[in-house]
Amino acid sequence: MAKRILIDPVTRIEGHAKISIFLDDEGHVSDAEFHVVEFRGFEKFCEGRPYNEMPGITPRICGICPVSHLLASAKAGDAIMAVSIPPAADKLRRLMNLGQFIQSHALSFFHLSAPDFLLGWDTPQPQRNVFGLIGQNKELARAGIRLRQFGQEIIELLGGQKIHPAWAVPGGVRSPLDPEDRERILRWLPEAYATVQTAFDLFQATLQTHSREVQVFGNFPSLFMGLVDPDGTWEHHGGKLRFVDSSGSIIADQLDPQNYAEFIGESVQNTSYLKSPYYLPLDLPEGMYRVGPLARLNVAEQMGTPKADAELARFKKLGRGAVTSSFLYHYARLIEILAALERVERYMDDRDIFSEDLRADAGINSFHGVGVSEAPRGTLFHDYTVDRNGLLRKVNMIVATGQNNLAMNQTVAQIARHYIRRQQNDIPEPLLNRIEHGIRCYDPCLSCSTHAVGQMPLRVQLIGPDGTVIREAARG
Amino acid sequence: MAAKTLTIDGKEISAEEGATILQAAEEHGITMPTLCHLDGVYDVGACRLCLVEVAGTPKLLPACTTRVTEGMDVKTDTERLRKYRRMTLELLFAERNHVCAVCVANGHCELQSLAYSQGMDHVRYEYRFPHWEVDNTHPLFGMDPHRCILCTRCVRACWHIEGAGTLNVSGRSAGSHIITDLNQPWGLADSCTRCGKCVMSCPTGALYYKGSTVSEMERDRSKLEFIVTAREKKQWIA
Repeated sequence: MAKRILIDPVTRIEGHAKISIFLDDEGHVSDAEFHVVEFRGFEKFCEGRPYNEMPGITPRICGICPVSHLLASAKAGDAIMAVSIPPAADKLRRLMNLGQFIQSHALSFFHLSAPDFLLGWDTPQPQRNVFGLIGQNKELARAGIRLRQFGQEIIELLGGQKIHPAWAVPGGVRSPLDPEDRERILRWLPEAYATVQTAFDLFQATLQTHSREVQVFGNFPSLFMGLVDPDGTWEHHGGKLRFVDSSGSIIADQLDPQNYAEFIGESVQNTSYLKSPYYLPLDLPEGMYRVGPLARLNVAEQMGTPKADAELARFKKLGRGAVTSSFLYHYARLIEILAALERVERYMDDRDIFSEDLRADAGINSFHGVGVSEAPRGTLFHDYTVDRNGLLRKVNMIVATGQNNLAMNQTVAQIARHYIRRQQNDIPEPLLNRIEHGIRCYDPCLSCSTHAVGQMPLRVQLIGPDGTVIREAARG
Repeated sequence: MAAKTLTIDGKEISAEEGATILQAAEEHGITMPTLCHLDGVYDVGACRLCLVEVAGTPKLLPACTTRVTEGMDVKTDTERLRKYRRMTLELLFAERNHVCAVCVANGHCELQSLAYSQGMDHVRYEYRFPHWEVDNTHPLFGMDPHRCILCTRCVRACWHIEGAGTLNVSGRSAGSHIITDLNQPWGLADSCTRCGKCVMSCPTGALYYKGSTVSEMERDRSKLEFIVTAREKKQWIA
């Protein structure tokens, strides 16, 4: 008889979700779905607010990546004012975004994902977390926590607070870096570099022992999207959009994010509050694309800094054309931390970071503005329509996790197909954990993706063709 | 004018006849919470934060509009008063949409400061979540009725300091709201002189300089005092 496996809630992700795995009469996995079960409605209740307030409101979508929303929102405001912000403000915004990359990627790697592949899939669940990691390798866990702290510190030094700083505003930013804080960042950098190096060594060793995971954890063809410079260098805040396919060929380049609606469609599933964007010219299913660290490294030709470029070259060798395994999101994340550290170091020698010319002033010069920035999880769009008085009439946000939604479904199905055998009566917990890890590869942020409230837990349901739930594993 | 002798919080003081309890208390360094009171304009006793106990009167009386009398015994800080002040604040918060974290006045708001100082750590009443339209039509200023507590400071400043008479109160009860001219968009209100005294007088984030983002609304009330003092003391009359 056909069955459904339900994992509810999914653990060690940022938000509230469940996974359904559908089995056919033979006991084979027929399909899998990742459902986001939160709903918040930011797009609706922001209507009627002045656009200037949005960089204060939208970071409240998420406590992990408030900076991404802050920056995208401020950029949408720049577009409504139709101004070029002072160069110093652009550099400072970038500096904060790099801090965000460092802290969020460190959180994903050390706190959320590393317990799986460093402690092992079969480690008893109570130990398979950051505390288990502390128990086994205290120095590593400490270094990971400190690396995240370094990223948070950069955000706080600029914005006055680690979480929800209201520092970027339409037209620029409020304040520069204090020279004393520059010294603080410079003193911390060597330790951060050392931690990333340790993580690289660990992950290289992991790759040796996890070739099966690389093969089956979301390894399939898809498109990849990310921002790049005009010369194809890795971007995280400016630049234009590029799509590549799984062979690594560029299928669209230098697309203006302001016109995203011309090339990105949003489909809706009735089983999730998460929308599923796709590349419009190819339609679904060919138009499925991935965003985030893996995608950004696939679309970029170089990182633009020496150490990260050397790692990128090693990374690119893992794929024929594009690197298609979602397990390698972890690797891409580490390369991005390294690139972020190098760029932070570079900004420390730029006098503009102390500049007082930080804010352009203008009225409403455009009734429509799109702000795009790379969030740690992928490209983030804030699209605002205002009336002549600057009050919002329509808000649309496309977040990274939504854009990875279709790929996450496919990843879960691929892992389930590989591990769930025919006529298998019992689905052991470590197996469910592997399925969950398929989701963790994307470091999804469900609060962001549905702009929703949530904690962290997951459910897996095994469902028969008649809709009956055969087995259910719940945690959280 | 004759002086009156009275007791406030056990302290014997004298005050001029016709003075309010609030004036008498302030003159002698006794402070109490106020919200709708604004130096320079007349008081209306709208907010009920300065309620005091007066011996021999079962009702609580607003210190800002109650005149001193001979032998009055006033208490400004009792458990009963603290309880009612917290309740008043909770009702103000429940009445409209006060979201401090994303408000332009966050950190510079009198309502927020009072909530802290009076120990209001939660709201027991159901929030009403009313829907109001933000008026951003004025070239310099904006008005967000969600954050308005109807203290009418802006109305009094507009009428009695500037003398423009642009701002008014319309409606009754929970439907009361501040309007400009004959309930036209502020940007079309011909009587507005763009002086900004209303914005300076607002205790919350309801009136703001356009373009302000979170926490950016800091107000300079010294300008209001400066004008009022100059007028009262006839400093500008040669």
